[in-house]
Amino acid sequence: MHTFEFIRPRDSAAAVGLAAQAKTAQQGADVRFVAGGTTLLDLMKLNVETPARLVDINRLPLSTVEAAPDGGLKIGATVRNSDLAHHSRVEKDYAVLSQAILAGASPQLRNMATTAGNLLQRTRCAYFRDTAMPCNKRAPGTGCPAITGSNRTLAILGTSESCIATNPSDMNVAMVALEATVHVQGAKGPRAIPVGEFYVLPGSTPQRETVLEPGDLITHVTLPPPVAGSKQVYLKLRDRASYEFALASAAVILTVSGGKVTRARVALGGVGTRPWRSPEAESALVGQTADAASFRKAAEAALRGARPQSENAYKIELSKRCLAHALQTASTS
Amino acid sequence: MRDDPEAPRKKLTRRRFLSTAGSSAAAAALIGRAAAAGATEHGSAAAVVDAPTLEGAVPVTLRINGKEKRLFVDPRTTLLDCVRETVALTGTKKGCDHGQCGACTVHVNGRRVNSCLTLALMHDGEEITTIEGLGTPEALHPMQAAFVAHDGYQCGYCTSGQIMSAVALLKEPCGSDDAAVKELMSGNICRCGAYPNIVAAIQQVRGKA
Repeated sequence: MHTFEFIRPRDSAAAVGLAAQAKTAQQGADVRFVAGGTTLLDLMKLNVETPARLVDINRLPLSTVEAAPDGGLKIGATVRNSDLAHHSRVEKDYAVLSQAILAGASPQLRNMATTAGNLLQRTRCAYFRDTAMPCNKRAPGTGCPAITGSNRTLAILGTSESCIATNPSDMNVAMVALEATVHVQGAKGPRAIPVGEFYVLPGSTPQRETVLEPGDLITHVTLPPPVAGSKQVYLKLRDRASYEFALASAAVILTVSGGKVTRARVALGGVGTRPWRSPEAESALVGQTADAASFRKAAEAALRGARPQSENAYKIELSKRCLAHALQTASTS
Repeated sequence: MRDDPEAPRKKLTRRRFLSTAGSSAAAAALIGRAAAAGATEHGSAAAVVDAPTLEGAVPVTLRINGKEKRLFVDPRTTLLDCVRETVALTGTKKGCDHGQCGACTVHVNGRRVNSCLTLALMHDGEEITTIEGLGTPEALHPMQAAFVAHDGYQCGYCTSGQIMSAVALLKEPCGSDDAAVKELMSGNICRCGAYPNIVAAIQQVRGKA
C-alpha cells in the first residue's frame, strides 16, 4: 500500500475543500473520502487505488435516518448498511431496500459499509483488481482482457468494447427501483442527482463511473414517499447461498389493481455495467394482466438489448427468469 | 493464553520465545523494524524506539479489551495489524486480508467488523474487543465453552473470528432456526468444514438447540 496523509476534517465544508483539490473524483483519485473502507482499503492494498490523502468522514454528522417532510425518508451518507436494513421505516415502507442490503456482503461488512460507500462501490472485475493485467478502467487504453478471457460473471447490459465489468451492489439496484435521489455537497454548492442519472455507462471511458466531480461529497440520499398498495421484492441468484455477488438479481415495486398492473418499477442487478433500471419492462407491464405471461413478456423486454460474452450467455435466460419470478412473488404477496 | 506484556515470564512458551527473538532482532535493526512494521506501542516494555523516530507515525488511542492503549502507528496500519503487531494480541488472525474470510473479526463498540479492512486511525477513542477480551482459559466465555463442547473447529485458525462473530450474533436480529444462523455466519469461512458443529455451538448458547 502506498502511504498517504490521513485527515479528519472538522466539518463537511472542510471535507469538500480538501477533496476539491483532487485532479479527479474517479479511478485513481489522489484524494479519497473514507467511511466504511471496505472497497477502498481492499483496492489500496492491491495498489489499484493510491490516494495521497485520505479524508475520514466517519465523524461528520451524516449518520442519521430521518423522516422527510414529503413523507419520504432521508438517509445519511454514513448510515451503516446493517442499521439501514433494520431501520423500522425501511423494513415497513421500503422492504426492497432492506431485502437488497441483507442479500449483500456479510454481517461484518454490512456493519462497516455505508450508504454513500455502497453507492460508490466500484464497478469491477478480477482484471481490474490485478495490476499485472491490462484494464481500460484502471489504466485507460491498455485493453480489456475480460472480453477474451474470464467473463462468466460479467455484464451483458450496458457494456462497451472497453469494459464489461458489473456493478456488484445489491443496495444500488433497490435504490434505482425506488427512484432515490443522491444529495451532494460540492465545491460550487449542493445539488441533487436522481440515482438514475448518477451512474454513467463505460463507453470509451470506463475509468469514469459516476457524475461526481472533485470535491463532491455525498451527504445523504432521499427516498420518495412509499406508494400505497405497492408490493416490493428483491430476488438474488448466485453461485452459493450467501455472501456472494449476484449472477442476476431483480428489484421490483409492483402495484396491482383489479388484476391489472397499474404501476411498475423494475431494476436488475448482476447483469449491468451500472444498476440497471428497465423502463422497457415497466412499460411492458403497465395495463397488462398480472400473470405469468405478462411477467415473461416484461422480462423479454428487459433483456432485449443484452449482449452476451463468450462465457455468460446463460445470464440472459437467468435474468429473465429472475425478474419474472420476482414479479410473480410481488403479485401474489 | 493471555497476551499481557506486563505478566511475569514464568514459562517460556513457543510464542513467547518467537516474540522475544523478534524483539531482539528488531533492536538490532531498529530503523528496519520501524519502517517495516511502522508502529510501536508508546510507553510499553516492548517499545524499543521512541515515537519521533518512527517516520510518519501518528498517535492513536484505542481502548482494547477495556485497557487504554496510546499508540503510534503508520497511517497504513489496519486495525488487524495494530492489534496483532503493535499491541501483540495475536488471537485475532489474518486470513485473506481482504474481508473475504472473517478470520480477523473483532468488535468495535460492540459490533463485529473485519479488522483487515479498516485503519487503526479510524477508531481513535473507540472500544475494541478481541478474542482475548472475551474470556480466560480459567473462565471461558459461554461461546468459547460451547465451541469446545461441540468441537467447533479442527485446525483452529478461523476459530477466534468465528467466536467473535458468534458472540456478536447473539445481539443481532436473527431467526431461531439453523438456517438463520448459517446466513449470519456466512462471513466466516472454515476451510476445515466445522460448520455443523459451529452452528450447534451457537444454537446451544442461544438456547435453540
